[in-house]
Amino acid sequence: MTAVEPMTAVEIAVAVKSGRRSARSVVDEHLSAIQAGDPEVHAFNLVAAAQARARADEIDAAVASGRDPGPMAGVPVALKDNLCTRGMATTCSSRILEGWVPPYDAAVVERLRDAGAVVVGKTNMDEFAMGSSTENSAFGPTRNPCDHSRVPGGSSGGSAAAVAAGFAPVGLGSDTGGSIRQPAALCGVVGVKPTYGLVSRYGLVAFASSLDQIGPFTTTVADSAAVLDVISGPDGRDSTSIGAPQPRVADTLDDGVEGLRIGVLAELSGDGVAPDVAARLRAAVGALESAGARVAEASVPAAVYGLSAYYLIAPAEASSNLARYDGVRYGLRVDASSTPGMNTATRSSGFGDEVKRRIMLGTYALSAGYYDAYYGKAQKVRTLIVNDFASVWEQFDLLVSPTSPTTAFPLGERTADPLAMYMSDVCTVPVNLTGQAAMSVPYGVGHDGLPVGVQILAPALGEPVMFRAAAVLEASL
Amino acid sequence: MSADALGVPGGVPGLGAGGGTEWETVVGLEVHAELATETKLFSASRNRFGGEPNTHIDPVSLGLPGSLPVLNQKAVELAIRVGLALNCRIQRSVFARKNYFYPDMPKDFQISQYDQPINVEGWLELPTGKRVGIERAHLEEDTGKTVHVGGAGRIHEAGYSLVDYNRAGVPLVEIVGRPELRSAEEARQYVAELRAILVAVGASDGKMEEGSLRVDCNVSVRPMGSDRLGTRCEIKNVNSLRSLGRAIEYEARRQIDQLTTGRPVEQQTRHWDEHAGRTHALRSKEEDYDYRYFPEPDLLPLDPSPAWVEEIRQGLPPLPRDRRLRLAKAVPSADAGHIALAVERSLDDLALAAIGGGGAPERVMTHVVHNLADGAGMLAAEALAGLVQMEEAQKLTATQAKKVLAVLAGKGGSPEQAAQQLGFEAMDAGELEALVDSLTAEHAEEWSRFCEGDAKLTGFFVGQVMKATRGRADGKAVTELLNARRR
Repeated sequence: MTAVEPMTAVEIAVAVKSGRRSARSVVDEHLSAIQAGDPEVHAFNLVAAAQARARADEIDAAVASGRDPGPMAGVPVALKDNLCTRGMATTCSSRILEGWVPPYDAAVVERLRDAGAVVVGKTNMDEFAMGSSTENSAFGPTRNPCDHSRVPGGSSGGSAAAVAAGFAPVGLGSDTGGSIRQPAALCGVVGVKPTYGLVSRYGLVAFASSLDQIGPFTTTVADSAAVLDVISGPDGRDSTSIGAPQPRVADTLDDGVEGLRIGVLAELSGDGVAPDVAARLRAAVGALESAGARVAEASVPAAVYGLSAYYLIAPAEASSNLARYDGVRYGLRVDASSTPGMNTATRSSGFGDEVKRRIMLGTYALSAGYYDAYYGKAQKVRTLIVNDFASVWEQFDLLVSPTSPTTAFPLGERTADPLAMYMSDVCTVPVNLTGQAAMSVPYGVGHDGLPVGVQILAPALGEPVMFRAAAVLEASL
Repeated sequence: MSADALGVPGGVPGLGAGGGTEWETVVGLEVHAELATETKLFSASRNRFGGEPNTHIDPVSLGLPGSLPVLNQKAVELAIRVGLALNCRIQRSVFARKNYFYPDMPKDFQISQYDQPINVEGWLELPTGKRVGIERAHLEEDTGKTVHVGGAGRIHEAGYSLVDYNRAGVPLVEIVGRPELRSAEEARQYVAELRAILVAVGASDGKMEEGSLRVDCNVSVRPMGSDRLGTRCEIKNVNSLRSLGRAIEYEARRQIDQLTTGRPVEQQTRHWDEHAGRTHALRSKEEDYDYRYFPEPDLLPLDPSPAWVEEIRQGLPPLPRDRRLRLAKAVPSADAGHIALAVERSLDDLALAAIGGGGAPERVMTHVVHNLADGAGMLAAEALAGLVQMEEAQKLTATQAKKVLAVLAGKGGSPEQAAQQLGFEAMDAGELEALVDSLTAEHAEEWSRFCEGDAKLTGFFVGQVMKATRGRADGKAVTELLNARRR
């Protein structure tokens, strides 16, 4: 699948810092892999080859002069195309933002660059992160590197595919209802949705502000831990950023799960989960038990309403967040004889069907006379789910479930049926509503030979414990 | 803020042919005041009036994708000051998004406060002593400004529009008064008093002409004695106290005309045309936006600690009402309007200090009200007290005192020095008598006619004295001397 020597991010950083490898050679190799493989996979909207090479040379110069370029020295990173990059187009895979070049970097981009990482490009996604297959991109779908006839999942399908294909050892995505974890599962890589507020959202183009969170894709659990430790932490530019610094996840990665109480989340692990996916979950539970965890069934009754609440709250916030794409200041403008006419023409032409669908859903949910019945009620359900989880956390340290009810589905299978597509998120959505941490760890393959992911759920700021379980699962394969 | 809370829609009941019905005007005002912060409400761009278009901007105030608001603590402090000065309850508040499309609003929503505003349930006392309820005073961000180019600046005829985002994101408090004002004059007093309070607490510069204080008026009418509110209209584009009064008077007349000719008042937003002196309809209630308010997910609820609020309360300066009471107590004979004027000009501290320093209260007030319209400048309280004492001792005439005052305001110093420099050193009585005697002798013919009762010649002799003394003499004293010498 790839010509790149499969080095992990941690290995690359060590090799570059020690001078055993040059950042330039690492970046060149990955750029070659992209050049060879991406025409078929289409993980990238933009490959920033020249900028990446220049940055790699800077890293090498730093090493040569005895300076420490940081914990991500020379590590190629693929950024989801909804993360703002100074001087580099950021499109959200939408016509409406085509050609827009942000004047600033997202906080996570700043932190990765400061740590020595090299941005190799911007990855494809469902338009404005609305979708579960990366088929809702204005620039065409991304293919699953494991099987080019299948979707990579979404909405961060480009970043997941880039990591799975060996185009970059690290991808960043955003997860509003599962948009990191589900594509990670479908592409067979690790994907993390951190606790809401752990990673600054400054510079992440908003889909649903109260649900969005940025996180890494990597091939190993240790790499995700290393990336999370770089991108997390307080940021005064995001008012929802958690103010207190948190312990480093990488420091306790190998502490095991001995004595941990782990629940199998009944509501997300039963009906609707494909038998081969369920079998892999059982295998994972066995591995955790063998490692000393105490496993029992856990119940979060309100979780079954998660999808319904999510598909009111997320579109409601989106309808407001996406209002600014009006043709006045940036991006696409379709002229008309009046300002409102120009707004309408621009938005009609610039947004794709799924985005329009959700803007309409959200506008309706917030409208006078409907607010209480829809948005208001969804917020109450959200509180119920938070409360149900809170009582479960009294009995369990972690929960597990499948990440996705199925393995990667064929391209085009669900595009005509929005509800079937929405069901892809059933396992991942509840955690966005509660703000808790969760991640997907690849755990073997289903009967079709395609990857299966196991979701680990932790209470807010439970990342250190969550990563211990992830490391145990990874080691048990 | 929706104006729904301000009036109950519905016709005025019991209208006959209209003849003879006495009407009452009911006014509720929504005042937007720009807060005098260094930076914008949610970003570090400067909060400054004017400037080259689009120079006080940044990703947040332009609403660029990925930008996030961060609340300006100084704006919160100023909003709390306003709330305290308006006797409001300060409460935990939540920011909300008010969604509507407009090109000068960069995000196409405005961050405001909706069902949980920071300040609620206050009141403002007019100089007349009447208390007007304040429903709420909440924080929100300002919009940019749109200039329509071509078509004489009218939106429908314009060739294109230019947008300046310098003002976008400037912090505002919106102060929503209850519909308890009963005339244009009361509305003017209310705005004047509110402005004085905002300026006194340092929350705003209160400049209506620069748009840092903007007033929307809700006007309705009803038969005198009715306790039901009539259907209201909201009047926009009222840019001065004068146009506020004119707009309300016009609109009340218009509504009464409607009702007395059997046509109901339609609930509308109307535009005040200052030039034409009339209002015209902008949109009806049915065309009103559905703002789809919901809690702003990018900001946390705002919950100022009681200790902080108390600290702000302690730091509040005396408010105009307190200052008026204080000054009125020091000058019991003074007219209420003069007291209000002195406070409005911020000359009350000076007046009180001058009175405390031995200046006669009435005379101090006279200077403050009549001679210091442009402010006190370099005038010190001791100097004002000294000046008044010199007048009382008849060392200076009223005219001279006014000139001395102008010098003191211009460059400071003591009244004695200033009087001397102006050549006003007091003439002693003997000197003046000698002068009068020599002049009456010199102008013997005029003098005898004066003595025969030709009062017109008083002016002639006073003039001669003034000429000889270059204005130093006290005209009143000269007249007295002349009368005393009349044979």
